[in-house]
Amino acid sequence: MSTSQQLISAARTASERQARYASRKRLNNIALGLSLAAMAFGVFWLVWILWETIRLGIGGLSVALFTQMTPPPNEAGGISNAIFGSFVMVMLATFVGTPIGIMAGVYLAEYDKSSWLASATRFVNDILLSAPSIVIGLFVYAVVVARFKSFSAYAGILALALIVIPVVIRTTENMLVLVPASLREAAYALGTPKWKVITLVTLRAARAGVITGVLLAVARIAGETAPLLFTSLNNQFWNADLSKPTASLPVTIFKFAMSPYENWQQLAWAGVFLITVAVLGLNILARVLTRQKS
Amino acid sequence: MSTTPTGASKITVRDLNFYYGKFHALKGINLDIPEKKVTAFIGPSGCGKSTLLRTFNRMYELYPEQRAEGQIMLDGENLLTSKQDVALIRAKVGMVFQKPTPFPMSIYDNIAFGVKLFESLNATDMDDRVEWALRKAALWNEVKDKLHQSGSGLSGGQQQRLCIARGIAIKPEVLLLDEPCSALDPISTAKVEELIAELKNDYTVVIVTHNMQQAARCSDYTAYMYLGDLMEFGETEQMFFKPQRKETEDYITGRFG
Repeated sequence: MSTSQQLISAARTASERQARYASRKRLNNIALGLSLAAMAFGVFWLVWILWETIRLGIGGLSVALFTQMTPPPNEAGGISNAIFGSFVMVMLATFVGTPIGIMAGVYLAEYDKSSWLASATRFVNDILLSAPSIVIGLFVYAVVVARFKSFSAYAGILALALIVIPVVIRTTENMLVLVPASLREAAYALGTPKWKVITLVTLRAARAGVITGVLLAVARIAGETAPLLFTSLNNQFWNADLSKPTASLPVTIFKFAMSPYENWQQLAWAGVFLITVAVLGLNILARVLTRQKS
Repeated sequence: MSTTPTGASKITVRDLNFYYGKFHALKGINLDIPEKKVTAFIGPSGCGKSTLLRTFNRMYELYPEQRAEGQIMLDGENLLTSKQDVALIRAKVGMVFQKPTPFPMSIYDNIAFGVKLFESLNATDMDDRVEWALRKAALWNEVKDKLHQSGSGLSGGQQQRLCIARGIAIKPEVLLLDEPCSALDPISTAKVEELIAELKNDYTVVIVTHNMQQAARCSDYTAYMYLGDLMEFGETEQMFFKPQRKETEDYITGRFG
C-alpha cells in the first residue's frame, strides 16, 4: 500500500467515525429531550397539586382549626376531633402492625427463605400489598362492624393495621436480605445464638431501612379514606372511646369537600393541607434516615 | 506426602470429605495443625482452602446443602460429631474474615459483644478485657479516645484489627484467618502480619492466603491445596525452598495458578 492510499483510507475512516459520532449525538439528544419532557410532565402535575393544596388550604389555617370541633353547615369551627381521631388510629394501627410486620419479615429473611410456607407467605403478602384499600375496608366491615353492629375506631385501627403489615413485612425482608452474609457469619463465628445474631446484629444493621419502611407505611395510612369509610365512619364530636364511631381527617375531608357549604369546603382544604404537610414531613424524615445509613 | 510436624498438634484432620450439594470439594484430607504455630493454606482459587478452614468451626452448618464427613479432632474430641453446642466450639475456635465486618455498634461494644455471650464480667473487668484485646490487636493507641464511636468509622485496616481483637477477646485457643489482608493496603497488611507473629505465642493460628509472600513471611507450616486435594504439607521454609512435588514448585514460583 502506498503512502497516498494509506492517507486516503485513514481519511475515509475518520470521516466515517465523524458521521457515526454525529448520529449517536443526535440520538442522545432526542432521548434526553424525551426524558426531560416526561419528567417535566410529571413534575408539572405534582407541583400544581402542591400549589393548589397550599393556595386553598392556607386560608383555612387558624387556631380554631386545631381547637374546635367540626361545625354544622355555615357555622364557624375546626377539625380538632378529626385530627385527634386520625392521630390515635394511625398511631395505634402502627403499633399493632409494626411488630407483626417486622417479625414476619425476620421469619422470611432469616429463618425460612425457600420452603413452600415462605413462598406462600410472600405471595399472599404481595397480594395484600397491592390490594385496593377499599377491599380491606369492606372486609373489616363484614367481619367486625357487621358482627358487632357498630362502627368503631377499633375497626378502623384493624383496617389500617392490615395495610401497614404487608408494607413492613416487605421492607423488613428486603432490608435484612441486603445485610451482607459476611456480617452474619462473623456474628455466628463468635458463637452467637441465632436470635441474638438477628436482634443485635442484622436487624441493627438494617435499622435505618426498616424504620424508613414503617414511616412510609404511616404516610400511606395517614391519607387512606376507603378503609375508614366502612369502619370508623365519622363523628361530629370529640370522641376518645375506641368502640364508638370516630372522626378522621380523610373521611372528614371526603364529607366536607362533597358538601355545598363553603365553610365545610374551606375546612376540607385545610385538612388536605395538613395531611400533605404531614406525609411530606414523614417522607423527608425517611430520606434523611436512609441517607445517614449510606 | 504430608510430613507430620514435630511437636504437639492442636487439630488433627483425618479422612475429611466435604460436599457442596453434589460437588465433592475436599477429598480425603489428612492434616495435623501444630499447636501455637502459624499454619498457612495456599493454593489457587477454588482449591478448597477456605472450605477446609470453615470446617474447623463448623461454619458450613449455616448452609443446609453443605456437609462434612470424617474426623476433625480438637483436644481429643471430634468436632464434626460433637454433641457440644456449636457456640462452645466457636468460642474455642475464633475466626476472622476476608472483609472487615465490624458490627453496627461502638468499638467498645464490638469487643464486649462476644465476651458477654460467655462470661458475666463487671464493668471494670469488662473495661480491662476490652483494653487487653485492643492492645493485643495493636489497635489500642489508635482508638482509646473514641471507644464509644461507631466501629464502621475506622479505616479498613483498623476495622480488620478490630475484628481480630473481637475474636481474641473471648480467649479462643485457635484463631482462623480467612484471607485477612486481601482487602487491606500494604501498611495495614504489615501491621496485621506483625500481629499474627505476635499471636502465635498464645494461639494456634491458621491462615488462608492468596499471597505467597505472606505465607512465606508469617507462617511456620504451609499446606498447598489443589482441586480439593492436599498436595503437600510441611515446614514453610522447606515448602518454599525445596518443595517435594513439581506441582507445588510450579505454583509457588508462579508458573501455574
